Parts: sequence; C-alpha cells; structure tokens
Amino acid sequence: MNLPIYMDYHATTPLDPRVLEAMMPYLTSKFGNAASRNHAFGWEAEEAVEKARKQIATLIGANAKEIVITSGATESNNLAIKGVAEMYAERGNHIITAATEHKATLDTCKRLEKHGYRITYLPVLASGLIDMDMLRESITDKTILISIMYANNEIGVIQPVREIGKLAKEKGVLFHTDAVQAVGKVPVNVLEDNIDLLSISGHKLYGPKGVGALYVRRKSPRVQLTAQIDGGGHERGMRSGTLNVPGIVGLGEACELCRKEMATESVRLRTLRDKLRAKLETALDEVYINGTMESRLPHNLNISFAFVEGESLLMGINDVAVSSGSACTSATLEPSYVLKALGAGDDIAHSSIRFGLGRFTTEEEVDYVAQKVISVVQHLRELSPLYEMFKEGVDLSKVQWTAH
Amino acid sequence: MAYSDKVLDHYNNPRNVGSMDKNDPNVGTGMVGAPECGDVMKLQVKVNPTTGIIEDAKFKTFGCGSAIASSSLATEMLKGKTVDEALAIKNTEIVNELALPPVKIHCSVLAEDAIKAAITNYKDKTAKEQAAVAQ
Ligand SMILES: Cc1ncc(COP(=O)(O)O)c(C=O)c1O
Repeated sequence: MNLPIYMDYHATTPLDPRVLEAMMPYLTSKFGNAASRNHAFGWEAEEAVEKARKQIATLIGANAKEIVITSGATESNNLAIKGVAEMYAERGNHIITAATEHKATLDTCKRLEKHGYRITYLPVLASGLIDMDMLRESITDKTILISIMYANNEIGVIQPVREIGKLAKEKGVLFHTDAVQAVGKVPVNVLEDNIDLLSISGHKLYGPKGVGALYVRRKSPRVQLTAQIDGGGHERGMRSGTLNVPGIVGLGEACELCRKEMATESVRLRTLRDKLRAKLETALDEVYINGTMESRLPHNLNISFAFVEGESLLMGINDVAVSSGSACTSATLEPSYVLKALGAGDDIAHSSIRFGLGRFTTEEEVDYVAQKVISVVQHLRELSPLYEMFKEGVDLSKVQWTAH
Repeated sequence: MAYSDKVLDHYNNPRNVGSMDKNDPNVGTGMVGAPECGDVMKLQVKVNPTTGIIEDAKFKTFGCGSAIASSSLATEMLKGKTVDEALAIKNTEIVNELALPPVKIHCSVLAEDAIKAAITNYKDKTAKEQAAVAQ
C-alpha cells in the first residue's frame, strides 16, 4: 500500500492507464485537425472523434449525433443553461434549479438573473433530495428549463431524475441534468429518464481533464441552443473551436471502460464504502451521515464527526486525501452550502468529511483510513471542550456562545 | 494549506490539555467562540492567591489546527506570569511564535480573548469572595 491514499474521487479521478494508451497516438503521430476534410491526417482524427462520440453516447443511451464536445462540465452547464435561456427567451424567462447544485450551475443562473431571468432555487429536504411537489408547484407558463443535478458532488445523493424528467415532459419544460458524478458510476439513460440536456466531465470518470460533453436531445423534442462560443461552426454550430482530439479519444475510451465495468465496480465500491461506514460507526459515537443513504452513489460517504472540526481532522490524517465541508478548508471561509441546505446546522458542516472511493481504492486502504480516522477523532475529542460538555450532559444548543 | 512546524508540533503534542475544577476559587475559566463558527476555546488558569502568579493553565479547543496550536501555546505563555502580565499578552505574540498566515490570525485573537476571559473570571471570583469576607 502506497501513501498518501487518494480518497477524493469526487474532486477528480486519475487517468486510467488504458485511457492514456488510447490517447497516446493522438498526442504524437496522429495529430491531424478533425476539421481537415481534404487529407488523411484530418480523416483519421475525425474518425477517432466519431468513434469517441459513439462511446460517449452509448454510455448514456444517446445517439452519437446528440453529443456536443466541450472543455468540461463547467462549460457544458453554461452552454445548456445559457443556450436554452437565450434560444427560448420568447417562450419564457423562468428557470428552476436547486440550492445544492454545483457552482457551475448556480453561478450561471445568477448571471442570468442579472439579465432579467427569474430563477427558482428549490430548497432540499434533510435527505438532500428535492421535494417533487414543490418542483411541480414551481413550474409556471414562463418556465423554460429545469436544471437539477443527477448526483451531488458532496453528499452523493441521487435526485429522482426519472420523475423529474417525466414531469418536465408533461409540462413541456426542458430538463437539463448535471450528471458529472453519476455518469459511468450508475446506469444513466437519457431516453428512460426523459433527459433533454446532460453534462459530462472527462476527469470525473478516469478520463483526461479539460474535456467534457453535453448531450443535446435531437428528437421529441429537438432541443436548440444558442452557441456561447462563436467561431468556425464546429459541433453543429453549438460549440466552435478546433476539437481536442486526444482529449475526446480519452473521454470516449473512459466512457467505454466505465460502461463495461460499472456493474461489478459499483458492487465492489459499495461493499468497501459500507465497510468504511460500519467501522467508523462501530468505533465512534456521535457520527452523522449527511444526506440519505437510500438514494446515493455507491462510492460516496459524507459523514460528520460531531465536536471535531473538519480541518483539524484533515491535519491529523494528512496521509489520506479527502475533503471537508468545514469553512477552514474553503477559500470563502464559509462552511459547505450543500450541507447547510440540508438544514443540518453549521456545526455539522464544520465537522464533515467527504470520502470518495474509486477504481483504484483497495480494501487495505479502506482499513487503513478507517483506523486512522478513528484514532484522530478520538485524539481530537480529548481536546474538544464540546465533547466534554456533551459528555457532562450539557445541551449545547442552549449555551450562550460568544460568537465572533 | 501548509502548516508551520510549530503549529504541527502543538497539534501533535498539545501542551496542558485538560480541565480544572471551575468551582475552585483559585481557578479562572474562559470559554470563547461558537460551534457554528467552527471554533470554541476553553482556557483555565490556576492562580496562587498569595503571590498572584499563574501556577497552572489548561485548555480544550474545538477548531482547526491553528486554533489548537494557539490555545496550546497560550497555556505555555501563561504559566509563571502574574495575572496582570497575563492580561498584557497580545495575539501578535502568538501569530509570530506560530508563524500564522493571515487567514489564521483570528485563531490568535480568539486565544487572546480566551486568556482575558479566564483572568476576568478569576478576578470576578476573588472580588466576590473578598466582598463576602468583608460583610
Ligand atoms: C457536479 C459537478 N458539476 C460540474 C463540475 C465541473 O466540472 P469540470 O471540472 O469538468 O468543469 C464538477 C466538478 O467539479 C462537479 O462535481
């Protein structure tokens, strides 16, 4: 077992060596521009891109023609939301999203708000799930788009995507889903789920960074987008720019590997994740799982160790790469807005750790991490005045704190 | 974030962790911060009533590594000082000693607040006791 241990697969994933192997020729000898229509260099590049497009489409039950290549999911989300907002401006100006979305969605919506669009940010239940009734009631005759993520990047909670898709179709509203954390990990099918637009990122499924895709439905309905990047008219005019051929080949190969290995891999990861959870819960009191375990990615565990601050915990497990919702670990010095949206309280957010397991996680690593976390939590609780008060029976919610 | 060696040392080997009887007339207790803000420090001093010198200091802290280090260092600084010398301790001494980066200065401020709160608590207690004796 090598240290440090990487257990932050929601942040990014390593490139699978098989993916690198598929990319190598396109980083070296096969360097053609996929848009060069008049020589062999261009043809072989184009052929590789079309193969990849098919690999990406197959993973989500789409057609290759419905895949628009982007630089990543941030761009995909921007293109989907802004592209729909602009294209369908005459039909309406209302967009519905949720409080726990990724910033690439939230900040895109905030910008549209400045341009006169109306955005509904749905709150979530304590489970992390949106309330379907609330979604239904939020739809007006001005609603043009619902953008709700497939699975959350912090708590791994999977939204009722199929129900959302069904409702959107019923109401004649387009449905975009940021499926970055779900695609390649759990079965995703744009037809069965009535998804109109779907964002994918290469580096979250063992492909390269800087490449992603947006699925744009072509039939019933045919979704149109206003391009956000103008130029040579690539990607059927929806996204100009010379194609990143090696990146696209990598994304395609990564999708194919995920498709082939998902069934066994998700079972393996769920078993490891459940083992990690069981070990922590057995050895420690006052641990809380953030978000429901009922509808969740198999490789995610987001857990709060009450009375222990997240950054100090990360400091103690410095040979394990995980992340925390604690303010001290974020650039904004605010605790995780996702955990706050669950209504758990800032203290729980400050005490949270996100474990993200993945393709190269071993059982030995899980055992090591569990042991390490347990011993550091125990050490920090010995230091914690809150744990001492809790043990003395003090109700911490009734204490007059001197907030600063 | 990279931590200074001194912060790491206090984090790994915190000095003077523990609690003293807060009902002891010679013990002053200060508790500052709030769980929602991500840090709470409890700092206690035990004062020799005849000399006015702090003979013991203990802490418990919920917070990041820098908060733990700041309070651990504070207990070391307190021991052997008179009550008035203790009140003169400035957070900048903690910042310098631990080489805290700007985003962690609030940890040292909190430690200074904890010192002041503990000493004030001790002084209030002795004042009350003297008042009781005088009556
Ligand atoms: C849910 C979600 N959406 C969007 C993104 C952004 O993806 P990218 O890094 O490809 O721009 C991420 C990754 O941070 C994510 O987790």
